[in-house]
Amino acid sequence: MAGEGDLKLLGLLVSPFVVRVRMALHMKGVSYEYIEQDVIDKGELLLKYNPVYKKVPVLIHNGVPLCESQIIVQYIDEVWPGTNGSSILPADPYDRATARFWAAYVDDKLFPAWLGILKAKTQEERAEKVKETLAVVELLEAALAQCSNGKPFFAGDSIGFLDLVVGCNLLWFEALRRLFGVTFVAAGKTPLLAAWAERFGGTEAAREVVPDADKAVEFAKKLMASLCSAPVANAS
Amino acid sequence: MAGAGHELKLVGMWASPFVTRVKLALHLKGLSYDYVEEDLSSKSELLLSSNPVHKTVPVFIHGGRPVCESHIIVQYIDEAFVAAADGSPPLLPADPYERATALFWAAYIDDKVLKPWRRVFSARTGEERAEWMEQAVAAVDALEGVLAGSKEGGFFGGDSVGYVDVLLGGIVRWVHATAAISGDELFDAARTPLLAAWMERFGELDAAKAVFQDVDKVVDYAKMIMALFAAGSAAT
Repeated sequence: MAGEGDLKLLGLLVSPFVVRVRMALHMKGVSYEYIEQDVIDKGELLLKYNPVYKKVPVLIHNGVPLCESQIIVQYIDEVWPGTNGSSILPADPYDRATARFWAAYVDDKLFPAWLGILKAKTQEERAEKVKETLAVVELLEAALAQCSNGKPFFAGDSIGFLDLVVGCNLLWFEALRRLFGVTFVAAGKTPLLAAWAERFGGTEAAREVVPDADKAVEFAKKLMASLCSAPVANAS
Repeated sequence: MAGAGHELKLVGMWASPFVTRVKLALHLKGLSYDYVEEDLSSKSELLLSSNPVHKTVPVFIHGGRPVCESHIIVQYIDEAFVAAADGSPPLLPADPYERATALFWAAYIDDKVLKPWRRVFSARTGEERAEWMEQAVAAVDALEGVLAGSKEGGFFGGDSVGYVDVLLGGIVRWVHATAAISGDELFDAARTPLLAAWMERFGELDAAKAVFQDVDKVVDYAKMIMALFAAGSAAT
């Protein structure tokens, strides 16, 4: 494969979508220039390289942008296949379809639910979103049992696509626990996920990339403040 | 090698554009399969057990193993049955950047075009319907831009039908139906000439002729749904 070329990543350190991309890059041993973005007051770079969604992460490879974190991770896996002995997506088409199915479910159902806890304007709304999040986590416990088949990670012996997609939400579970006292993954209710979460956190990629939950708490406070002062509520 | 009729099963509903996507993909690959028509008002054991998370169609069952979510199913078919019966190239390009681009626009279609467009049919008033239609039409502009930048051939996949063509192709009969009912064109020839031409070209494909629904039936079905939703409201 040709050399890395010029790689830049526009991101937000605490964004779960950015965390999964950075972990993927780390797994491949690929170096890049990281550029932190202000996602509340968006800058030129973000608007230029992601005009459709104006969101992070954006991977810029040799000047060409790639958007949407799941697509970026798959791109990274294909451009640097088996580099560092790590393959992110499974080889088998059916396993790939299964991983994609749960990845779509996580981004469609889990993220909006816990984000809703932050954005909730009333205690009732917050409680509703907590309930929603817990319901999704319960389903993910079953998904883990099905996908891992007794092995330590969703992908098997080492972390893969679905581990990245789910795992990047963990720092926010911890942040939400510190902010609101809610626990989403506990050995009592979701034993498989609890054990998996520890293992995930202990991987080299996670230790290198995942920021401390305090940073997420800090950002949450900023976000909640900006939502209070903004006259128009954030859509989706 | 898999492909024998009894190994492939598609659980669907005749009107669903998402099911049409899968039928198109299967036809393009020259694959035969058992089709099971589902009564969505009284879901079968087969559907509920093979798609317990969403309980929706399409569900593609290969050798007894279910794959859910139309965009995931189409990608799965492309990966599991790499060689089409007529030797035509895979739906997704080999180049990682082109794949990422195709996946990006596929996600865009579902997120930005279909989300508002579906709501045209469940709108309670003519006003609501017009609002959702406006949103969908505005989102379609970006797709016109993609075609403008595409290689020769007039398909999103270039010379041959690709992933994005199949996913967008699933809605063609519904686009015709909407035009017949209200005169609203999703792919207006004046505003998005390339897309209007694309729709004609797509309709001429053998696969389209083989799997597309009867437009009159879709018109009747669409009218029925729209009447159902409008029925509960005061104004129309």
